Amino acid sequence: MARPEKLFQIGIQRFGLGAGPASRDMLGPDIRAALLDEIRPDRALIRGEGLPTTARGIQIVTQIEDKRRMEREARRQVAQQAASGPATGDGAPGAMATAGMQASPSASPPPDPEAVRLRDLLHLDLKARIDQGLAAPAGFAERWVMFWSNHFCIALRRGQLMQGVAGPYEREAIRPHVFGRFADLLVAVEAHPAMLHYLDQRQSIGPNSPAGQRRQRGLNENLAREILELHTLGVGGGYSQADVTAFARALTGWSITGFEENIDGYGAFVFAPNRHEPGPQQVLGRSYGQEGKEKGLAILRDLARHPSTARFLATKIARHFVADSPPPALVGALEAEFLKSDGDLAALARVLLTHPDSTRVPPGKIRTPYEFLMASLRATGAPADRIPALANALNLMGQPLWNPPGPNGFPDDEPALVAPKAIKTRLEFSMQFARPLGGRIDPRDLAEALLGESLSVETRQAIARAETRQQGLALLLMAPEFQRR
Amino acid sequence: MDARYCQAMPLSRRGLLGAGLSFFAWAHMPKIASAAGAKDPRFLTIILRGAMDGLSAVAPVADPDYAALREGMALTREGESAGLPLDGFFVLHPSMKTFARLYAEKKGLIVHAAATPYRERSHFDGQDVLETGLPGVGKVETGWLNRALLALPKGERLPQLGALGVGISTPLVLRGEAPVMGWAPQRLAETNDDLARRVLDLYTHRDPALARALKAGLTADDLARGGAAMPPGGGDPGMMARAATGAARLMMKEEGPRVAVLSFDGWDTHANQGGVRGRLADLLGGLDGAFAAVEREFGEAWKETAILVITEFGRTARINGTEGSDHGTATVAFLVGGAVRGGRILADWPGLRGPQLHEGRDLRATTDLRAVMKGVLAGHLGLSPVVLGETIFPGSGLVKPLPDLVV
Repeated sequence: MARPEKLFQIGIQRFGLGAGPASRDMLGPDIRAALLDEIRPDRALIRGEGLPTTARGIQIVTQIEDKRRMEREARRQVAQQAASGPATGDGAPGAMATAGMQASPSASPPPDPEAVRLRDLLHLDLKARIDQGLAAPAGFAERWVMFWSNHFCIALRRGQLMQGVAGPYEREAIRPHVFGRFADLLVAVEAHPAMLHYLDQRQSIGPNSPAGQRRQRGLNENLAREILELHTLGVGGGYSQADVTAFARALTGWSITGFEENIDGYGAFVFAPNRHEPGPQQVLGRSYGQEGKEKGLAILRDLARHPSTARFLATKIARHFVADSPPPALVGALEAEFLKSDGDLAALARVLLTHPDSTRVPPGKIRTPYEFLMASLRATGAPADRIPALANALNLMGQPLWNPPGPNGFPDDEPALVAPKAIKTRLEFSMQFARPLGGRIDPRDLAEALLGESLSVETRQAIARAETRQQGLALLLMAPEFQRR
Repeated sequence: MDARYCQAMPLSRRGLLGAGLSFFAWAHMPKIASAAGAKDPRFLTIILRGAMDGLSAVAPVADPDYAALREGMALTREGESAGLPLDGFFVLHPSMKTFARLYAEKKGLIVHAAATPYRERSHFDGQDVLETGLPGVGKVETGWLNRALLALPKGERLPQLGALGVGISTPLVLRGEAPVMGWAPQRLAETNDDLARRVLDLYTHRDPALARALKAGLTADDLARGGAAMPPGGGDPGMMARAATGAARLMMKEEGPRVAVLSFDGWDTHANQGGVRGRLADLLGGLDGAFAAVEREFGEAWKETAILVITEFGRTARINGTEGSDHGTATVAFLVGGAVRGGRILADWPGLRGPQLHEGRDLRATTDLRAVMKGVLAGHLGLSPVVLGETIFPGSGLVKPLPDLVV
């Protein structure tokens, strides 16, 4: 096992959110114990005052959508009246054109106070998340949450509803389960309106359901496919197109309310029996004949304990935390624990933190932009009070909050993160970040306190030779020892 | 850099709050009576961070050892590398045409071979000593200029108007209990080329993958802004005039501050320093542009103005292997403005021959920079030698303020 000093360094950066100047004293010599201590369900929860619930988020979005619909309707009526108004004499093509122009949105609509309200809500959630990360002694619970949040990602770009429910989704569907059973996490996530909307489950209708026969619309396989490919078995996990289709049929009826339902507002979870494909479904060689929603739940529970799922998750966890090519023994241990404990994520976290190979690999992974931001804040004690600026920094560094490029989430491997634009942007961030700290921090002292023995001669020298304290601090933030974990 | 980013990040907490709150405070401050004809002096301190090479700015061309030490970088009296004439012994760097004119008008003063008491070679510690006014490195969180404002009689107009710190954060020299407002030109933050070079150098030694990525990112950036390559120097010469213009305009407001500090980065010229042209020439040109900007903006008020230019230490007498110079000891301080008794060079020249150099490598300090700072504060703001020696520059009782620096 590595010496305590080296272990501290690897532990706090690889599994935590990074050190502050006092972390060594505060956490004591045994970083592993400090990290393990965060494997507690309550450590993963955010109980922020004033943060919206999923229901409240949906309510706000519904109000906005209602208002917009009424405005559209009013515009349409005005346009119709104009079109059928005083005759222009010659069949009125000109009048038609005018009406068409009026109906089209104007070039620059005034700033929508409701949209501003939604963005403020998101920033409130980001602030709660950052504060949680700053308050954490080592930050393992937050890192573990971030991993699962990215594994089960949704994306704000998918529409207005996402803005209302993205924050509640992480707080209500993910955080309560990250130290519980994977099966419970999986069900909570897949039944949440955010996921159902993100992966188009709302549009999926069983072809032989009452609704399907009436509307001539059919199955949407997106959610079923991504659950198999990205959430559980993984690509090459042993499923076929037939499994995808059957699973998609089983999931029909899992939906969110539209305006036509008008029950709980736009976007609440609903099981709609009239969309559900009747009859049993064969998935991965097993027949599921449960009624209604239970059919999908039964399949999810089986997927959650499938050996391919164990293998896929073990590899992904080791890859994210330890190395792009993780030690096979670590992957094997995680996989075995997953199967043995029936997907107990707390047990899995303990294996990750205690396996000898977890700390044997030298720091090689680049911190993700969010990790880098958190590490910078924790290292310097800079105030995290300008949330829009921090959100913007995350956008520019390539990890916009809850807005990954696709359902496979943000990448965390070397080729994705060590890209020219990305590193250049980190450099700009570092200078901007260091500048207002006003030279009150001596970067030489801070480098010693943060990095200890892992501070290289070259980095120490570069910092000591910096032209200003701000420049020295920026150099520290950009140093390979700070960037890699 | 992305324009949105520029606007979002650099105007950080203190930048915005500082400026906003100070302006707010002014708005509610009773008008301070200014008797017609009373003195209304203005004082700017410019700190050159990174250690300005005094031997390039004001070159001792008549010193027999100068040319050999400086090789291709040396300035001459005549010819292609000619500096601007001063007194026959020294020439001024040709980038500083405004200062040369002001010197001729007897409004520009040079103090050469000057240094603070600091004799090590760390920028941070050197700047600390320069700005705290202490005899050595110490943990003091207030600067000499702030303490000077506190020491002025409370009823006087100048201390009541407070001081201006240009930049995102208050420079140490201005920190303390006297009121300080902050202001930053929008693009002040874009001086990252020097940092980029340093990070790239670190990556080249420690992390080839990061080095490749950063290098490619910087190249793409250069292409985007139409330049052929990363400019060889740090700092941002054009920024200096912009910052000075903005500061001068604030200082011209009826209730605006009369004292300001500007810090300019980028003077740490370890490589490719250049001679008549090049990195240092651009920086000196930028500094000269700041003088011109203040003179232009101040108009009549220029008459009562003094601008003090100081840096943490000088650079090695001999150029190094990378066409630059390393951290040294003594250097130049400039004093310029309508109130300055200029047209003079104050220098007890120590010489540049081997044993004459400090530790065999640096221009030896023969003037304590505190004598210059004390002289300006005494002459321009009227502070007494006792206060200067005890409160503002503690433990400097034996360092006499230079007399007659200002009118």
